[in-house]
Amino acid sequence: MLRYAVSGRTSVSIFAQLLVNGLIAGGTYALAAVGYSMVYGALKFINFAHGSVAMVGAYTAFVLVAFLKLPVIVAFLAAMALTAVLGVFVERVAYRPLRRAPKLASLTTAIAVSFVLDASVMILMGADIRTFSLTGMSSFQLGPVFVTPVQAAIVATSLVFMVALYWLLTRTKLGKAIRAVADGVNLAEISGINTNLVISSVFAIGSALAAAAGALIGMDTNLQPTMGFIITVKAFAAVVLGGLGNVWGAVVGAFVIGIAENLGVWYIPPVWKDSIAYGILILVLFFRPAGIFGKKEEGQATVL
Amino acid sequence: MQLALIVHLLVIMTIYGILAISLNLVVGATGLFNLGHAAFYGIGAYASALLMMAGVPWPIAAVGAMVVAGFVAFIIGIPTLRLVGDYLAVVTMGLGEITRAIFKNWISLTRGPMGLPGIPHASLFGVLEFDTAEKFLGLGVVCLVLVYLVAQRLLYSPFGRVLKGIREDETAVQALGKNVYRFKMAILIIGSAMSGLAGSLFAHYITFIDPSSFVMWLTFFIFLIIVLGGLGNNLGAVAVTVIFVGLREGLRFVGLPGWLNPAALQQLIFGVLLIVATIFVPRGLIPERKVVYK
Repeated sequence: MLRYAVSGRTSVSIFAQLLVNGLIAGGTYALAAVGYSMVYGALKFINFAHGSVAMVGAYTAFVLVAFLKLPVIVAFLAAMALTAVLGVFVERVAYRPLRRAPKLASLTTAIAVSFVLDASVMILMGADIRTFSLTGMSSFQLGPVFVTPVQAAIVATSLVFMVALYWLLTRTKLGKAIRAVADGVNLAEISGINTNLVISSVFAIGSALAAAAGALIGMDTNLQPTMGFIITVKAFAAVVLGGLGNVWGAVVGAFVIGIAENLGVWYIPPVWKDSIAYGILILVLFFRPAGIFGKKEEGQATVL
Repeated sequence: MQLALIVHLLVIMTIYGILAISLNLVVGATGLFNLGHAAFYGIGAYASALLMMAGVPWPIAAVGAMVVAGFVAFIIGIPTLRLVGDYLAVVTMGLGEITRAIFKNWISLTRGPMGLPGIPHASLFGVLEFDTAEKFLGLGVVCLVLVYLVAQRLLYSPFGRVLKGIREDETAVQALGKNVYRFKMAILIIGSAMSGLAGSLFAHYITFIDPSSFVMWLTFFIFLIIVLGGLGNNLGAVAVTVIFVGLREGLRFVGLPGWLNPAALQQLIFGVLLIVATIFVPRGLIPERKVVYK
């Protein structure tokens, strides 16, 4: 049942290609998932707008490249910075007033924010698919597999940012504060940590990384105002798989999801590719709701 | 012409009213974050349409739609209702998308994106044919009233008190010896079955369904209605349904500049409304009646 019967390629080389495609997809999911996981750690709620924030980041990069003719790297970094500001703003306006309200309230506004962001981009940029149309992007051969420069950049970028994030969380004062807030907001507060500032930084970092994910996905494939939804889903599946709130678990989960859905198209029709993440999500919830690296109690309702 | 439009709007209001009440039982009364309501609605619509096209009379097809929607809710509830609310939110959202993927890709059953045309009108065993919008409005109102009465009966019974207890403090309810999981499961099934009934009505009123009628946006719209109507308040839900469906249709007649995408504008307006409502009127325009037991 080979669906990738490309001109004389052996099944080993197809397998290698699918695996590499999975790693590339996993790299983008990881960038989106860590922000998700950090926000969950800090506020214990699912930021449904995260994918839409990534989408805005992608469009920001697109506008900077296509209309302002900025170099791609400059546009990419500028989009990350601008999206970080957007993330902080969203938290300030839509989540902070509800921090002490029932969780249902902030979940509701998060969904509303994602709809508002999607609709705004749809109004400003149109609902049609956009492409970066970058030049000099012909794919090159690496052993048995083909990759494009953008795909190589995805892998490199996600690696660089993961290392940077690891450094930030483990070696800096801000990182220590972020971990303290994730352990318990109240305890962090009485220890003299400015929790509002920490939560704003979490949103800034998470949104910047989401923008990186969105922009890279946009360059690799294309842009659409509705692309945020699927990013939210993939990132969430990755986060649950790794254990909610566990940043490194989210990274592992992201690569598992990316590889699983790309190897999956070997066996099932590609139209179901996006459903694989859901399938994994539901299986994890059935058998190990705390995720691979989560603590057992995490995620469980009080008593069963 | 104008009258026909008003009748059409009223029919849509009865269907959305059922959706609002049923989501209100799950989200408003029990606090379960169900984002897959449109999926159950769609499942009901397809199940009912396919049953009736296979020759089953409408009342049985409608019950079939409720059973199928309720059964899917049961399957979804098994892994998720034991977990904290966030998981339910994402899995039901996922269910919505998977259901739509099934509607789209199971071509031999659903004809995929081309949709199901020529769905028969609802009829009561040939005695009453609901083949015009006016007659269908009667059926819609009867169903809405029935659903409303059942929902009220549920909410103000001991069963309903447990549901509200779960919303307010799950641990406390558990400490009182209630099997929280069972209560959640029961209300998720009931709410989804009601949504399936709304789907059946929709299918046999419009007589054409396709996957685009059951998008996440619909769940969101109903969500906004019950948040504004006062979570847990069915009368508020119905009242706001009437206002919002009217408002939504009214927006179509406002002269918009050509570059402005009306669907996106609608989404933007309702999205902002939901944020503002959640922050400033968290208990809705018509808050749930506080019951004090003496």
